[in-house]
Amino acid sequence: MASNKKYWKSVEELNENSSIVETLRNNEFVEPIPVDQFLGDKESLSASSTTRRDFLKYVGFSTAAASLAACEGPVVKSIPYVVQPEEIIPGVADYYATTMADGFDFANILIKTREGRPIKVENNNLEGAKTGANARVHASVLSLYDSLRLKQPKIAGKDATWADVNTKVKASLEDAKAKGGNVVVLTNTMASPSTDALIASLVAKYPTTKHVVYDAVSESNALDAFQAVYGVRALANYDFSKSDVIVSVGADFLGDWQGGGFDAGYAQGRIPKNGMMSKHIQIESNMSLAGANADVRIPMTVAQQKQSLADLYYAVVNGAQPKNAQIAKAAKQLKDAKNKGVIVTGLDDVNAQLVVLAINNALQSEAFNPSDAILTRKGDAKAVAQLVADMKAGKVHTLIMNGVNPAYTLANSKDFVAALKSVKLSVSFSMKEDETSTLTSIAAAAPHYLESWGDVAITRGNYSIMQPTIRPLFNTKQFQEALLTWTDNTVAYYDFLKSFSVTSLAGKSWNQAVHDGFVASVASPLTAVSADYASAASALAQSKSSNFDLVLYSKVGMGDGQQANNPWLQEFPDPITRVSWDNYVTISKADADAAGVKNWNVANGGLNGSYVTIKAGNATLENVPAIIQPGQAKGTLGLAFGYGKKLGLKEEMQVGVNAYALYTNLNSNQSATITVVEGEHEFACVQLQKTLMGRGDIIKETTLEVFNTKDAKVWNPVPMVSLDHKPTAATEVDLWDSFDRSVGHHFNLSIDLNACTGCGACVIACHAENNVPVVGKDEVRRSRDMHWLRIDRYYSSKETFAGDIELKESASGLMSSIDTFASMEDPSENPQIAFQPVMCQHCNHAPCETVCPVAATSHGREGQNHMAYNRCVGTRYCANNCPYKVRRFNWFLYNKNSEFDYHMNDDLGRMVINPDVNVRSRGVMEKCSMCIQMTQAVKLKAKREGRAVGKDEFQTACSAACSSGAMKFGDINDSASDVAKLVESDRMYHLLEHIGTKPNVMYHVKVRNDK
Amino acid sequence: MKKVGNHKSFSKIFFSVAFVLVTSLSAFSQDAAKGKELFNTNCAACHKLDAKATGPALRGVEAKYDKEWLYKWIKNSGELIKSGDAQAVKVFEDNNKVPMTAFPQLSNEDIDNIIAYTSEPAPVVATPVPGPDAKTATDESGVSNNVILGVLSLVMIMLVVMLFLVNNMLTKIASAKGLEVAQKDRSLMNVFRAYAKNQFLVLVSAILLLLVSAYFAYGWMMQIGVDQGYEPVQPIHYSHRIHAGENGIDCKYCHSAARVGKHSNIPSLNVCMNCHKNISEVAETTATEEHSKAFYDGEIAKLYDAVGWDKSLQKYTGKTKPVKWVRIHNLPDHVYFNHSQHVTVAGVECQTCHGPVEEMEIMKQHAPLTMGWCINCHRETNVKVEDNAYYKKIHEELSKKYGVSQLTAAQMGGLECGKCHY
Repeated sequence: MASNKKYWKSVEELNENSSIVETLRNNEFVEPIPVDQFLGDKESLSASSTTRRDFLKYVGFSTAAASLAACEGPVVKSIPYVVQPEEIIPGVADYYATTMADGFDFANILIKTREGRPIKVENNNLEGAKTGANARVHASVLSLYDSLRLKQPKIAGKDATWADVNTKVKASLEDAKAKGGNVVVLTNTMASPSTDALIASLVAKYPTTKHVVYDAVSESNALDAFQAVYGVRALANYDFSKSDVIVSVGADFLGDWQGGGFDAGYAQGRIPKNGMMSKHIQIESNMSLAGANADVRIPMTVAQQKQSLADLYYAVVNGAQPKNAQIAKAAKQLKDAKNKGVIVTGLDDVNAQLVVLAINNALQSEAFNPSDAILTRKGDAKAVAQLVADMKAGKVHTLIMNGVNPAYTLANSKDFVAALKSVKLSVSFSMKEDETSTLTSIAAAAPHYLESWGDVAITRGNYSIMQPTIRPLFNTKQFQEALLTWTDNTVAYYDFLKSFSVTSLAGKSWNQAVHDGFVASVASPLTAVSADYASAASALAQSKSSNFDLVLYSKVGMGDGQQANNPWLQEFPDPITRVSWDNYVTISKADADAAGVKNWNVANGGLNGSYVTIKAGNATLENVPAIIQPGQAKGTLGLAFGYGKKLGLKEEMQVGVNAYALYTNLNSNQSATITVVEGEHEFACVQLQKTLMGRGDIIKETTLEVFNTKDAKVWNPVPMVSLDHKPTAATEVDLWDSFDRSVGHHFNLSIDLNACTGCGACVIACHAENNVPVVGKDEVRRSRDMHWLRIDRYYSSKETFAGDIELKESASGLMSSIDTFASMEDPSENPQIAFQPVMCQHCNHAPCETVCPVAATSHGREGQNHMAYNRCVGTRYCANNCPYKVRRFNWFLYNKNSEFDYHMNDDLGRMVINPDVNVRSRGVMEKCSMCIQMTQAVKLKAKREGRAVGKDEFQTACSAACSSGAMKFGDINDSASDVAKLVESDRMYHLLEHIGTKPNVMYHVKVRNDK
Repeated sequence: MKKVGNHKSFSKIFFSVAFVLVTSLSAFSQDAAKGKELFNTNCAACHKLDAKATGPALRGVEAKYDKEWLYKWIKNSGELIKSGDAQAVKVFEDNNKVPMTAFPQLSNEDIDNIIAYTSEPAPVVATPVPGPDAKTATDESGVSNNVILGVLSLVMIMLVVMLFLVNNMLTKIASAKGLEVAQKDRSLMNVFRAYAKNQFLVLVSAILLLLVSAYFAYGWMMQIGVDQGYEPVQPIHYSHRIHAGENGIDCKYCHSAARVGKHSNIPSLNVCMNCHKNISEVAETTATEEHSKAFYDGEIAKLYDAVGWDKSLQKYTGKTKPVKWVRIHNLPDHVYFNHSQHVTVAGVECQTCHGPVEEMEIMKQHAPLTMGWCINCHRETNVKVEDNAYYKKIHEELSKKYGVSQLTAAQMGGLECGKCHY
């Protein structure tokens, strides 16, 4: 039957008399091509000077000419300095000590500069330095070269001069003084004594001025509690190396809890020494880094955590017996440990924070250190709320902001934005044209910390110096310089700082302090005044939760989101979920099933998931992608800050949702509901396999009891293979003649799985050192990520990994095996977690080397597996034959390619490139080189100085970045070196030892404290 | 044969300089020659006769100042200025307030001699006259080459003629003796036809042709990107011959980074100014047939322009123009080369790779800089282990292993890919 349906191409066709439709119907090409005119007239055709033959000749000639011209080398210009700075020698790196302080991350660091360009962040290893640079600190050097930085001050969105800015601000300040209007200085925590002095002088000059400190991710409750007890607005410091029992209630102290930096001390106690290691009990709702490293992890909702904390308080202080068996055990261990026990909490509740101080004081915990209090968080939630209210009421005349972006980070940002209009003059010192600085009257271009002078008190007793390592790239001015100008002080900030710091240098000269980067002195002891702990505990005991407990957290890769335009950090996979380029709500399996939230893998290998809408109080966040997180406590949700930014960052980086929208009253614990909504989200997840499938030879682990009582052969067995039908140790069988490696250097990298917290600082350090390209979300989703070093994360399928192995061994018969293995693909509800950094294993008998048809990858005498990029033709045989899957292929040209618009596509971003390492091109394979450029440099330095290489002088980027001491690198032929001892350790094993690749990377058996 | 004269000889320019010596009429017996000597040892560091240097030009200084005043000034100018002598203060201020070194060791007589030298009138530069004797000198070398060629071709022609004659003679003898010389069909066409019929021959020659062309094609392709002998025109005509050759300046004085770094570095202009602050013109003897003194002085002027040095005021103007040199030694990105390893550790002479730089008027690439060239040297060169504690242990063990007394760089691991490519 013929259809009577008529399809319309456009609305215009409905108009019967439309001339357009008529014309189009008759003649689609509006302008006729003059074919007849050209071909029809034979005469003109033959008279045409270009015949077909001629045309072909021209084509042939130009092709030949072009290819011949291509053989000619380009003329390269070399432009020396006119006056060369004394300290710069082209080709030689200089190191400067400085201090990172961006309001969220604080660390004493060294900056490696080449030809005057900062290219890498290193740990400052001087005794007493507050180091432990995390992934974000390592990546911060790239944020310096952000092409979207604010390049000059702007007034009302138009380029302006600093003179104009200063006149305007001063006029406004005078006006405020005359009229009695309020001036508010809103800053992040600068922890800078000299800046505090400058703000005080501004207050002195303009008495209506008030200083409000606002941390985007607030620790306000912990600060309030500490202030109530010790009288100082600071945070208690902890040295976990001094504790045998660590109980953490919701504190991700290996992540960003209270500014982070605790992992070095923690890892020290985690390496078994004399049969002892610390015991770590983690009570939490989200699966955090600390939880992943814990010996015992108890998933609980926020309300349950509060009750447990109250129980722990009663148990330790009053000797009461907690009802929950696990809590009772924890309480007993904590009590038994006495001053070797410590408790910390991340609960955003002043009572919880008070109770923790009380317990630690009751224990007289050695790890608990209030005198060395942390000064890097000062934010006051109440003052910020008051400020917004004042602004709304029109009580703020002039608002001066520095390092904050409240229009993005406040939950009530709409109120703030609306109230900003009633402020007469607003100034925002910012590195970006972000949500706030585009709205303020003046956007004052601020320099990066690597272009600034400054002082930072990271803890009491620490006085750190920030020094510029490059001249300001743009027309920027420091906030401090502006303060000096506004207070009619003609001194330059550098001179001010130099004279101001005199009292803080504790006998060191200024030059010495700048050289070292910090001055350490003994802090005066703080004494506790008694607080009402009992009522705090009883308030905790009363807590109840309805709905979901939403716990907002910050990811180690993104923090508070200041560096959201940093492609290294965007591509950095989250250590737990292994998802990059995103944030998402984490939900437990049970809750997900109940709510209908799903995660599934699609044909191209990508991970997809449902969207949910989260409602917390009056705030709603729509279309939040959801990830089912093993270990997430039932009845809780997790969501990370720092994403969902829209201004001041490239389109590719505008990913995720803004969790700050739910951060009501700057409290990270919220009550929320979720509803599943339409659509599916495409994640860029780099590890889809979740469990180890019982393969205990990949991550060997044992318990402290077995480790102490049994022979190494039991818990670290050498795999056996069959030789002449006899079982033989795999390490003794060899297909190949071995090369004599006892002469010269022989490099080994040791990774202690007990000390590795999975923080990922090494991943970014590797990126920076080796010019590893960023490929973008789409390519990561296609498993084309280029990370030379990945940190595999495995969940156990049963309660423990040991359980998995047992289950695997018990499977027999085809059908039962299939069922068993299928079930083992799913992680347990509260799994054990293990991290394993994997990079090229530099096998002495490398499978990749034997299959390369062009010998592009070959073995060096010193143990490295070399990769000659210029020789590689891209067959990818090596990657296929690599049992560790560590080789990375350049599917595209990732530099100077607008398709990959990350830092390597603009001149500014390319300034971070390490000139000693090749930037790889399309079609070649690349992989970890064991930082051969670094070992070569160390050797050359020794040769030049005519000396042997010093003990542990050799480093790789990852081992130098590892503040927990999990990664150690060195020469095993040097018996004094650390690795020479580590290679002899009975915990040492090689990855996939049974295939006989003889790697030069070794791992150490993970020991869990099961006591 | 016609002799073609060297066209350059016509452009040869001669400077003949006439010195007119005018003896002073004063009563003292002043010796200008002695004065010149004293001037060169004591004054020339800061003064020139006709141009301002650190101090003012000194020609005719006698006319400007009273002699007694000059004695005092030269012996201790500082004191004179301190005493408030108006003239002394003015001179001091006119010359950027640079104090003049005191010369108490000079006697009045010495000073008179110097003044005598400075009072000599400036030499008059005569108009250049082409020298006729230069032409004959250059022609001689042209003759010898052409003569040899001519003689050689003559010999060749004689040989051909002789061969023809011998052949004729032999045919005549043969016919005289009644021998029949088989008359082959000698047309080229037939030879070619026979050749074409012989498939084996065709195959062999085709293979041969292919091999030969492949050989040449390979040879041609292997020189792509090899810039041996690359000698680009530089923005400033910098002569290594003058600096490293004639003046014997150590390479590493200017290329100081070669001692400690990866790059040998093109010296920054402030290094040039260490010497050229005082050397604003070259000596007469520096000029060559190819490049005149005026040319070299012009190049120094280019340096001053770039570094922003005002010669007359003896001051930096602050207006700098970085020099865009054309890079000659251009290793590809995928090669890591470190100068200090070779220069400081191995003690390799710069000339080993860069050639006789001290003879080069303009720098050019001496070595091919190919990997084969690098490797060859690594194979042949012994590692310099003497007095280097780094090598002590490894050399002992490795030389025992290889059974040699001296290890080459290759045996030390200098052929491994990863040592240069990362």
